[in-house]
Amino acid sequence: MQAGAGVPWRARRGGLVEARGSARVGFPGGDVMSAPVVYDPSGFELPEQQKRFLRWTIYIGYVALVAGVFHGLANALSYANIDILPLFPRLKGYYQGLTVHGVANVLVFTFSFSNGFLPLMTARALSRPLVGGLVYATFGALLLGNLLAIYAVVTNQASVLFTSYAPLQAHWTYYLGLVLIVVSTWLALANMGVVLRRWRRDHRGKRIPLLAYIAVLSYTMWGLASIPIAVEFLGFLLPWSLGLVEKVDPLLTRTLFWFTGHAIVYAWLLPAYVSWYAIVPRQAGGVLISDSLTRVVFISFLLLSIPTGFHHQFTDPGIGTGMKAFHTVLTFGVFFPSMATAFSVVGALEIGGRRRGGKGLLGWVARLPWGDPSLTAQMLAMVVFVFGGITGLINASYSMNQVIHNTTWVPAHFHMTVGTAVALTFVGVAYWMIPYLTGRALRGRRLALASSWIYAIGVLIFARGMITVGLRGMPRRTFRAQATYTNPEWDLGGALAGIGGTLMFVGIMLFFVVIGWTIVAGEKGGHPKDIPLSSTRLAPSLTGWEPALDRIGLWVVAAILLILAAYGPFFVTYLPPQMVSPGFKLF
Amino acid sequence: MKIATLEKAYLWVSAGVLGACLVAILYGAAATGIHLPGRGERIDPQQVRTTPPFDRPGVHPVGENEYDVVLIGQAWAFFPPEVRVPVGAKLNFITTSADVVHGLHVEGTRVNLMLIPGQVTRYPYVFREPGEYTVICHEYCGIGHHTMYGKVIAE
Repeated sequence: MQAGAGVPWRARRGGLVEARGSARVGFPGGDVMSAPVVYDPSGFELPEQQKRFLRWTIYIGYVALVAGVFHGLANALSYANIDILPLFPRLKGYYQGLTVHGVANVLVFTFSFSNGFLPLMTARALSRPLVGGLVYATFGALLLGNLLAIYAVVTNQASVLFTSYAPLQAHWTYYLGLVLIVVSTWLALANMGVVLRRWRRDHRGKRIPLLAYIAVLSYTMWGLASIPIAVEFLGFLLPWSLGLVEKVDPLLTRTLFWFTGHAIVYAWLLPAYVSWYAIVPRQAGGVLISDSLTRVVFISFLLLSIPTGFHHQFTDPGIGTGMKAFHTVLTFGVFFPSMATAFSVVGALEIGGRRRGGKGLLGWVARLPWGDPSLTAQMLAMVVFVFGGITGLINASYSMNQVIHNTTWVPAHFHMTVGTAVALTFVGVAYWMIPYLTGRALRGRRLALASSWIYAIGVLIFARGMITVGLRGMPRRTFRAQATYTNPEWDLGGALAGIGGTLMFVGIMLFFVVIGWTIVAGEKGGHPKDIPLSSTRLAPSLTGWEPALDRIGLWVVAAILLILAAYGPFFVTYLPPQMVSPGFKLF
Repeated sequence: MKIATLEKAYLWVSAGVLGACLVAILYGAAATGIHLPGRGERIDPQQVRTTPPFDRPGVHPVGENEYDVVLIGQAWAFFPPEVRVPVGAKLNFITTSADVVHGLHVEGTRVNLMLIPGQVTRYPYVFREPGEYTVICHEYCGIGHHTMYGKVIAE
């Protein structure tokens, strides 16, 4: 069965039928015409060697995450005034552990996963193998980067936290290690770019299959967004840590960090959105509504993710208030595609629930396949993300930010976004992808379900506590259990953070049990033979304005222009760099 | 009901809600005079102790019922560690860091600032309630970070 992208395909009613362009059909009944999100829905297998390296790439992230969540537990318990650090005699201090927690969880785990997941999605969507050399190089750069960073952190030469604010100075291997982790993402992007280019050369006039489009756009945005942090690390921090230059500019390096640093959260989030758009509808038995709206959402992220970084620096000196207000406006703008996502994804779930016999306004929710650990993890991720999104809007709100900046409110927020919306989605994807990549059936389905529920309930308790005490001024990134000041108003919320954090820890440990058990003892041959592919109800159109959505290069140019408008005035008036600070090693 | 109609309606409502929130935030900031720190003077962080006004940290009257509150952040304390300010007076917080990045949050207020070496952070504030306010360093600044705090006594 062959179907070109753009040829609507009748899902799950058997047979391939021709349909009129963007047939607009009733919701939720009606005649269901739909188009697959891949070029050829009949099947495609990557070469075994490539599968193996993609798998290993993802495992690097799991190993990092095991280390990272141990400090997560220590951190949460510290907020509850319980100090468990004496149980980790090799750890030199709280902030060394906190550096591990940040680097391992949000840099290594996320990018390892995406370096495996996005190229796999691109290859599957286009029915083409990846470039083998680039698959191996991605793995190699990631591994080497990790080894360098681990050396620096374990020897306590890099307890600077993942934000790496100068003039706290880490060992050069730390900066080089993080650079190599970023390089690995560039290699993965290059791989997807080459495969897509070859496919387009062979399929002139065809629309890019949706799954390939959103996978490539996710990392295209990141490729653009990662340039400032590359400049920061290669141009300033690395030569400074090597002693080639004596001093550094603290505000400029920090600004370069956040120039990348807000977009980086979308680099973590978009691969989760790829799953929500292209995988989840199928898992729920539904169908994605609109091909074009999905593409518009990803283009919006390409345009708006990057020129928003000043909202992390509202309380910084040296940056004009007009530019801060402008970034506020753009940050509210980048919330819009997430609102559109909420509609599309929940719509797809509703179609699934109704097809399974759900009735009434909300009856369809109960009919969703809650016994599927992969789907359940992702649906719980979405529920928690609602609160993550709302708290994020408050962070971005110019003046309200002053109440919560650098309080525990902020980690409460991002444990519901990257810590749940992203992490729990990656957990859910793993429940089909690890079996798919290893050729072994998932073990411990009930344990997997329990893992997600425990984690989601844990994070809500954790965040509730952290939000309350954050509003009462409890600082983030602080060893509360040993702090020389306190406030009785922090006790109840701090205890909730400790209880919720412990549940999160238990939940994620169960995930490792399930994955480890599957890898070692999963039934051979019992794995899914293809990825769970969705289809869209409104097929991509070959005429009108919609094919212009596929001109990725043009959209990148537009994104660059917007970035220049948002950051240009600052750099023009700020530069040259003010190299005033020698390095400090206060850890 | 057509899905496209529902979708369009939803997107318009979303845009409307976001727009309304945005206008409220920006209008609120403008109307109530809540500002963020903006561009300020630069300073050599290694010469902080000899550069005015940081050569005389503390509270200084500069006009009728108006005071400069000059504070230096340095690992791991604020200088001076305790200041007394009059309730109801216009205060100009003038702060900087003499070493690494620090934070300065006067608990229970919107005085929430970053102290960045090389930059001077200025922020106006009026205390309406007398009391003892803990000043917390809320940016990681090394192994003793959680011992860095000071006090503002409004009386």
